[in-house]
Amino acid sequence: MLLQIVASGLSSGSIYALVALALVITYKTTGVPNFAQGEMAMFSAFVAYVLIVDYNVGFVVAFGAALVFAFVLGIGFEGVFLRRTKNPTHLNLIIMTLGFQLALFGLAGWRWGADQRRFPFPVSANEVVHFGNVTVSTLSLATISIALVLMAAVFAFFRFTKLGVAMQATQQDAMAARINGVPARAVVALTFGISSVIGAVAALLTAPLITLDPTLMWDPLLKGFAAAVLGGMNTPIGAVLGGYLLGIVENLFGAYVSVEFKSAVAFLIIVIVLWFRPVGLFGRKPPRKV
Amino acid sequence: MTPRELDHYADVQLLPGKAAIAKLVVLLAVLAVLPFVVPGYRIFTLNYMAVFVIVGLGLSILVGDTGQVSLGHAGFMAIGAYTSVLAMTELGAPFLIALPAAGLVSAFFGFLLGLPALRLDGPYLAIATLGFGLAVTLIIGHGSFFGGHMGLVVPDAYLGPIPLSGDISHYFLIVGIAIVLALAARNLSVTRVGRAFRAIRDSPIAAETMGVDVAYYKTLSFTVSAAFAGIAGSLLALMNGFISPGVFSVTLSLMFLAMVVFGGLGSIAGAVLGSLVMGYVNLRMDAVQEIPIFGPMLQNFSDAYMSPSGLPNVGWVLTGSMIMLTIMFEPRGLYGVWLRIEDGVRWLRRRGASDGPAAGTG
Repeated sequence: MLLQIVASGLSSGSIYALVALALVITYKTTGVPNFAQGEMAMFSAFVAYVLIVDYNVGFVVAFGAALVFAFVLGIGFEGVFLRRTKNPTHLNLIIMTLGFQLALFGLAGWRWGADQRRFPFPVSANEVVHFGNVTVSTLSLATISIALVLMAAVFAFFRFTKLGVAMQATQQDAMAARINGVPARAVVALTFGISSVIGAVAALLTAPLITLDPTLMWDPLLKGFAAAVLGGMNTPIGAVLGGYLLGIVENLFGAYVSVEFKSAVAFLIIVIVLWFRPVGLFGRKPPRKV
Repeated sequence: MTPRELDHYADVQLLPGKAAIAKLVVLLAVLAVLPFVVPGYRIFTLNYMAVFVIVGLGLSILVGDTGQVSLGHAGFMAIGAYTSVLAMTELGAPFLIALPAAGLVSAFFGFLLGLPALRLDGPYLAIATLGFGLAVTLIIGHGSFFGGHMGLVVPDAYLGPIPLSGDISHYFLIVGIAIVLALAARNLSVTRVGRAFRAIRDSPIAAETMGVDVAYYKTLSFTVSAAFAGIAGSLLALMNGFISPGVFSVTLSLMFLAMVVFGGLGSIAGAVLGSLVMGYVNLRMDAVQEIPIFGPMLQNFSDAYMSPSGLPNVGWVLTGSMIMLTIMFEPRGLYGVWLRIEDGVRWLRRRGASDGPAAGTG
């Protein structure tokens, strides 16, 4: 029983971990949480949906196209909107992400209506695999493995490629990075592109689990934030671990306390962490700058 | 900012100068006559806009003055609405008690949420309030005490012996409260407390060095702002006659934020103006196609390229674009545009004055 709960927790936790990772890498770069993250991912999932259902494109091509779209959307959002902010205080940048979120939400609702659409996916949520006593759907299995591979790739990219190191340097101190010859502007745009792709993967894995409509990522986005706060807003690895932890805790709560109020766990965790360990479980206190 | 006379005593006067009193009298007269001039079904629209103004005033204190973002004001509004309705139905309290109770309970929840989130720098309040708004609708949607998804019917309310029924009596109550709260918000922002708020917005560390208790004033600002939303929620319940969790969605919170941004952060006039515009947009969103000229054009475009049923979403596209454009081109919003016009007029006048004698001698 307990193992079963942990297994389903890992599956939903994979999605929270992806969203949290996407949020944290842009948060570290700009200092503001990107509230448009969820809607950007939702829009990318709709791109895949339209290609598959309306144009009969194969899964691989459609998903690839959706990820390319997400990449361009992320870079475009940074280059066209965030960078043009007249007075880029944190407040104004946050409002900018909220404006983009509302506009994308409205556009998706306008174009595709509020119908709940079944999202076609190569792996089914109903077929199951048995591991001893634990039953896992093939979709969950795919979700867990795709998330692991993607996150490993992202961390390897940050750690071992020149560009990844440049991105980390820009996150730590954009001015110092620029002095050392890092093209900081391009790197910031690229960070948004990568973040958007990670978010889009999370959306593509969420859509077959429920149904596709413009509110697809509302819940995962909040969970992603909760995971990031839990693990530490400044540590990508902490945020990822926070995602898995949240998934497990949430499933335990659903099994033993109340299924109805399961979604409120995320909010509860945010408040508890802010009370007792505001830097998150794995975070360190950042220096304050004037 | 435009140069202004810096005189504390002129600032804290409730009604500075004869011109201001004259303006206020004219405004009050217009507001008093308005419900008898406009067609009856429009009074509901006016009431709705006035409720938005009350939320906008509170949010302006938080976002405009203190520089913090709340994405959960619809949640505070819901708490206010449910508090006042339940106080009337379960406790038999008169409306005159239920209304301030709504404000107090909302303020209390604001305090509880603000205390941990506002001790910290960074975006924690925005994140915590996003979760708060969702949690509130989840809890009232599942609790049978709160009427669940079906919602609650609001009982008849009386102000002493006067029955508060019909749009016109609601109008005078809501607009009256909005005016009182606008004056209160203005007074708050020009006194010591308001200056502390703005000092925190401009630089928390500098404010702290000057002896401002940052966590205390941030929490105070959030609590006051939540109280305003609670009162607005109680009034919304009264004018609607019915409340349900669906009314207080996250998108409504975003709409609230949009209205203070669009109106102009940090100015009362801007908040009022933005709230009026957005309140109207929000109410008319469901029937965009009925707007003259633009409506049918949008409908045709929608039928040809978008989905016919999704047309009301145009309102969100509009709202989102409006706040993005505001931040990109005029971060002070409508109020900033007004200041520019004033400056332009003053400049023209000054030029006219200095040109005058020169032309006379020539």
